[in-house]
Amino acid sequence: MPLLIKGRAVVEDGWMLLREAAALADVPADSPVIVPLALWQSEHDALAARGNVGVWLKPDDDPDALAGDVERLPLIAIDFPKFVDGRGYSSARLLRDKHRFAGELRAIGDVLRDQLYYLRQCGFDAFAIRVDRKAEDALGGLDDFSDNYQSTTARPVPLFRRRDTASESDTPLPTA
Amino acid sequence: MYQYDRHDQRLVDERVAQFRDQTRRFLAGELSEDEFRPLRLQNGLYIQKYAPMLRIAIPYGLLSTRQLRKLAHIGRKYDRGYGHFTTRQNIQFNWPRLEDVPDILAELASVQMHAIQTSGNCVRNITSDHFAGVAGDEIVDPRPYAELFRQWSTFHPEFAYLPRKFKIAVSGSAIDRAATLVHDIGVHAVRNEAGEVGFRVLVGGGLGRTPIIGHVIREFLPRQEILNYLDAILRIYNRFGRRDNMYKARIKILVKEMTLPVFAQHVESEWERLQGGLATVPDQEIERLASFFVPPPYEAVPGEDAGFRSAIADNRAFGNWVKRNVFPHKVPGYAVVSLSLKKTGVPPGDATSDQMDVVADLADIYSFGELRVSHEQNLIFTDVKQAELLALWGELKTLGFATPNIGLLTDIICCPGGDFCSLANAKSIPIAEAIQRRFDDLDYLYDIGDIDLNISGCMNACGHHHVGNIGVLGVDKNGQEWYQVSIGGDQGEKASLGKVIGPSFAADEMPDVVARLIDVYIERRHDDERFIDTVRRLGVEPFKERVYAAAH
Repeated sequence: MPLLIKGRAVVEDGWMLLREAAALADVPADSPVIVPLALWQSEHDALAARGNVGVWLKPDDDPDALAGDVERLPLIAIDFPKFVDGRGYSSARLLRDKHRFAGELRAIGDVLRDQLYYLRQCGFDAFAIRVDRKAEDALGGLDDFSDNYQSTTARPVPLFRRRDTASESDTPLPTA
Repeated sequence: MYQYDRHDQRLVDERVAQFRDQTRRFLAGELSEDEFRPLRLQNGLYIQKYAPMLRIAIPYGLLSTRQLRKLAHIGRKYDRGYGHFTTRQNIQFNWPRLEDVPDILAELASVQMHAIQTSGNCVRNITSDHFAGVAGDEIVDPRPYAELFRQWSTFHPEFAYLPRKFKIAVSGSAIDRAATLVHDIGVHAVRNEAGEVGFRVLVGGGLGRTPIIGHVIREFLPRQEILNYLDAILRIYNRFGRRDNMYKARIKILVKEMTLPVFAQHVESEWERLQGGLATVPDQEIERLASFFVPPPYEAVPGEDAGFRSAIADNRAFGNWVKRNVFPHKVPGYAVVSLSLKKTGVPPGDATSDQMDVVADLADIYSFGELRVSHEQNLIFTDVKQAELLALWGELKTLGFATPNIGLLTDIICCPGGDFCSLANAKSIPIAEAIQRRFDDLDYLYDIGDIDLNISGCMNACGHHHVGNIGVLGVDKNGQEWYQVSIGGDQGEKASLGKVIGPSFAADEMPDVVARLIDVYIERRHDDERFIDTVRRLGVEPFKERVYAAAH
């Protein structure tokens, strides 16, 4: 079973990622599966009834497309075909901040250690590290920085509202 | 100036540790070149023609003498004893070793400096007015806001992998000295009728391959909302900016293709959601930032120093320098001094480590221990007593920084060009030097008066050639270096883009071409008309005729 960073631990990943699903028939009925947005939309009622189905978004998929589904979806994944394509960071923030998605938000694709801190700040809480890299080695990337200036998804109160009161250790990340 | 507290310091220290580990992994083969490239770029490190090039941020151009001495030290210890001040108020070192860069960053962090986001497809160094805080035409001091934007942009987690680089400039004066109209976002600090501070926001300006003057997207934004608004603009750009063609990836192309009203609609609707949220800036924070930019302890001195006046009358060379390099100050008896880094024979913007050390000593003596870098690649002492100008002039002459040519034809903005930069199509420094040598008669230079001549070695337009009254662009034709000339460009609040006058020229023709352009101006100018005014009145044609009639 492939490994995944979930929260801050390396765990076995029980979800199957359906990269190219043509039809409902390709979707296994009994195991948790992440389907492309197009399939989710075309087979919405059938897939939504299962409860163990997640959806993954391409960089140019509009997160608003899932506005009506955020409460029922246990998992949304966002694909990074190349790590330098930063659209997924904004997709994540829209899902979390605008649509209040509270389930697992997973980064998939070209996901590497040196992007983990920013991904986490934008609301990702699960990271499917690229298969040729070890998830254990990437864990350190979650802690590259101890704080940030901005209002982010993971730490919504910006530093300028905390400067006077923050002590050295009281700015932990909320566990997503 | 702004002083780090433990939060700021910790973030910069953590960045050094992060990059040290990334460099180690790259050298150990654990990171590929493609994986390392965006990481090193976001720390200012390019791999250049002969060696890496490290670009260090000088936020909104403001430097303490302690920081300048550190830059001098870095130039001496890790480079070849000099640095190059850039058109975005930064400094570049052209010869560091990759292995040394983490140590250089650690040295910078020890004086509250860094190279964060000085390159890469992210929000770059925030630039501003080099006369901020001392200019008579200032409406609002832009520096607290420039610092606010610096902090907001630093390690912004959502905008580290934008379609392309992103440059923001902020100005608070009637006269725009920060080229805000040719930035991805230009921010003008203004006051509304009620006297409240807010911002006019411009978007989609830029130079490069497709030069465009920025458009006003919002006339007045309450100051508390500025970070929400910036987040909204950047989010729309990050999501919809083109990523299929790097030459069409800047926000100016998105705004053009979407049209301004549609782009603005996206931004406003995103802002509506963010308005009043946690990123809204409390007055308390703006006051905290403003408290770092209070006036230095000026002495009460006469508005007109008698000794100064008589020195101007007695000493023509000093008078010339005052005329060109000294600017009025809002406090009586004080002046603003521009140190010219445009001495003929020295690449524009270059300074040696030894010169930097002396400049630091002089700024300590004459200007409260601080200085500025201008986007015209000169250094500025903002707070010099009129009575001490003569003494300072003497020191600067010895140093080679008293060339009385600020704003004149030889005060050339110039990128490093083909001598250093791997992007360049052509050399730019030798062209600047040939033009400076041709115009070595100071009387003639003064007669020509105010004129901007800007040279870029390629389309990327680091030398801002589009907004030069005379712009020179290096182009490659069949492997040879040629130069395309445009006239009529201008920076500032009446920014305009130059028009190309015709086919390009060989390097050795360039001084003659410039001389003919100037001849037309001298012959046809009206009284008190600057070069740019004459070009605007006459159009390109008479200039073009003269240049090509003689050349062919």
